[in-house]
Amino acid sequence: MNKFEYAPAPESAALVDIKSQYGLFINGKFIAPKAGKTFTTINPATEEVLAKIAYAELADVNLAVTAARNAFTKVWSKMPPAERGKYLFRIARILQERSREFAVLETLDNGKPIRETRDTDIPLAAAHFFYHAGWADKLSYAGHGANPKPYGVAAQIIPWNFPMLMLAWKIAPALATGNTVVLKPAETTPLTALLFAEVCQQAGLPAGVVNIITGDGATGSHLVSHPDVDKVAFTGSTGVGKAIAKAIAGTKKSATLELGGKGANIVFEDAAIDEAVEGIVSGIFFNQGHVCCAGSRLLIQENVQDEVLEKLKNRMNLIRIGNPMDKNTDLGAINSAAQLSRIKDLVDSGEIEGAMRWSPNCTLPSSGFWYAPTIFTGVSQSHRIAREEIFGPVLSVLTFRTPQEAIDKANNTPFGLSAGVWSDKGSRILWTAKRLRAGVIWANTFNKFDPASPFGGYKESGWGREGGRHGLSGYLKGQY
Amino acid sequence: MNSTLLADNSEASLKKFLKTLAPVDAVGASARVEMLATRSIKTSSKNWAIDLAIRMVDLTTLEGADTPGKVKALCAKGVYPDPTDLSIPSVGAICVYNDMVKIARDALDNGGGKHIPVAAVTTAFPSGRASMEVKIQDTKDAIANGASEIDMVIDRGAFLAGNLGLVFDEIRTIKEICGNDVRLKVILETGELVTLDNVRKACYLAMLAGGDFIKTSTGKISPAATAPVVYVMLEAVRDFYKMAGVRIGVKPAGGIRNTKDAMKQLVLVNEIAGPEWLDPSLFRIGASALLNDLLMQRMKMRDGYYASPNYVTLD
Repeated sequence: MNKFEYAPAPESAALVDIKSQYGLFINGKFIAPKAGKTFTTINPATEEVLAKIAYAELADVNLAVTAARNAFTKVWSKMPPAERGKYLFRIARILQERSREFAVLETLDNGKPIRETRDTDIPLAAAHFFYHAGWADKLSYAGHGANPKPYGVAAQIIPWNFPMLMLAWKIAPALATGNTVVLKPAETTPLTALLFAEVCQQAGLPAGVVNIITGDGATGSHLVSHPDVDKVAFTGSTGVGKAIAKAIAGTKKSATLELGGKGANIVFEDAAIDEAVEGIVSGIFFNQGHVCCAGSRLLIQENVQDEVLEKLKNRMNLIRIGNPMDKNTDLGAINSAAQLSRIKDLVDSGEIEGAMRWSPNCTLPSSGFWYAPTIFTGVSQSHRIAREEIFGPVLSVLTFRTPQEAIDKANNTPFGLSAGVWSDKGSRILWTAKRLRAGVIWANTFNKFDPASPFGGYKESGWGREGGRHGLSGYLKGQY
Repeated sequence: MNSTLLADNSEASLKKFLKTLAPVDAVGASARVEMLATRSIKTSSKNWAIDLAIRMVDLTTLEGADTPGKVKALCAKGVYPDPTDLSIPSVGAICVYNDMVKIARDALDNGGGKHIPVAAVTTAFPSGRASMEVKIQDTKDAIANGASEIDMVIDRGAFLAGNLGLVFDEIRTIKEICGNDVRLKVILETGELVTLDNVRKACYLAMLAGGDFIKTSTGKISPAATAPVVYVMLEAVRDFYKMAGVRIGVKPAGGIRNTKDAMKQLVLVNEIAGPEWLDPSLFRIGASALLNDLLMQRMKMRDGYYASPNYVTLD
């Protein structure tokens, strides 16, 4: 050995006990789906089947919504708020205690590196429960009127990119505000939600307060359209978000939608370049770029373009791709074959439209779904890769000449979820942030989350906010 | 080497160059080193890194209470860190005060350590508060007594007062005395420069003035070799190599006490400066207690269990 090759440091898969088959979690119990249909979930890093998952159809959805309604009427809405808070605190503590188990399971089912599930996904999920547990008995002071009321039954549909964290973003505020829940995790990543169902049992949460049903888009559609659902919360693609908005139009249902993005990450000439490069890397390669608020459009001031790109390429050479269970892995597997083919399709369009593609030399594993970190330079606003959400480790690099041009380009998108500003000048950061049409704007950092900070989009990136005091409003009928 | 980057050796052209440096964002720098601190170094890579770290140790004693006996013992330890296992490499250098140089040189020469350089701290170490004549004489003495590496301190007062030309000229003068045969390490005392922007400026100032190594600290001021400081220094040598074509070394000193800390330093070197710097000619660790912890970890890797501290020698 004549250079520093980090020996493999794999986390043990034996830390988690995966059952061969999972039922639907309805009314506090795991039950078989009525029609007995199942599907499988696989490890995207190896394509190995992890478990058989119950497929919920209309009859099962009806059962789950009924259970949630009963729990709301008979138990949860009558319970003193401080008692609700106790359950949330208990769940939060159990998540911390079992964090390693959750991290391993998330990595196996999703393909993301263990470093991220261990250091980001699971700790943040627990933090969301702790944060909202504290709100449960203080809702009268949250700025939504003296006596805000819950909606009732919340139908929640979450994506596959942060399965456990998105579950926490949905369930924690819903329960804290006194709603009951039917949650559907994504088809490709149901396992941590099902482990969470066990946590609900362990915490002694009253039956029916949380129901978890598994299935695909059809299941989700039944759930959203169910007449006894009061509130819909969805995180996922803008296409599905629009379909949901249509489905609930003209009903009593209220909705929170957290949809796609094409975040602009703006690097000014006076930025701390080395740290900006780190921010660019975390902005687009964190979680393989499967991040709705990813900084997928890099806007560099043209006079520092060469320096930034040289440093960025140098940094990309250091990204360690491979076994997500290895503690030294930076970039894991793409979540599914379908997503991989979508990434490939958009990358092909980038090449056809004339942008220049670059990736570091790296060997990708032979099985599983993988994509090398990629940047496109010479991208124009009119290219598809500058307009459409790729949702993969692919960065489009554009340049600008003046601050106003940066703003114009950044805002020239139907999305408006996130943006980043890199500058050493406080006044410039504030000037820029004020003009960006995006729900979350990071200055000299990227992809930082906190349960106290509201998150959500402008324009086609969504409705409403999640997290913080603002996020509570999505689950409360306020009296203003 | 500075001729290509500076118009001349005036303070004006130095300041002009330093203005071109990008700022450092302290929060981002900390985030980067925290992420790198999660690298897991195990089995074969750990064995390799421990031996490399031993070869990089500048085994140091810089006490008012230093005696010939103490220095000789340190030299013996530096040559054969563990006399029961001769496969263990010698340390990178022995680092002592000016007046102990001869004793150290003789002890090494007579104890099988001809290959180990003696490094002397000079220029009125640790404060640097003395006249230039004294600093020059301090350095000349050390070299005359057999030091082949000089660890000088910069005048932090002058740096903070903005007299960058003075700091620059002092380093250039000392480098002239050192010539090509004596390696010059420039101690920035980053704990007194405080901000990472200052650290970055001081790094370039020292490299432009002809320093062969940039070193964090004297070990007398806390904080010493913090990870963000080392990160900024490693970036500086990496980028300076691109500009000037010369690889400058880095020496963190102070506060690196155990194997885990040393492994984190090596990970920083590997991923920030690059694998070329993973060599005692370009990276040293100024330490005293670290060596024994490296030896104990080495025993653990070999034997599979932790031995009692009684199995490693005090010095």
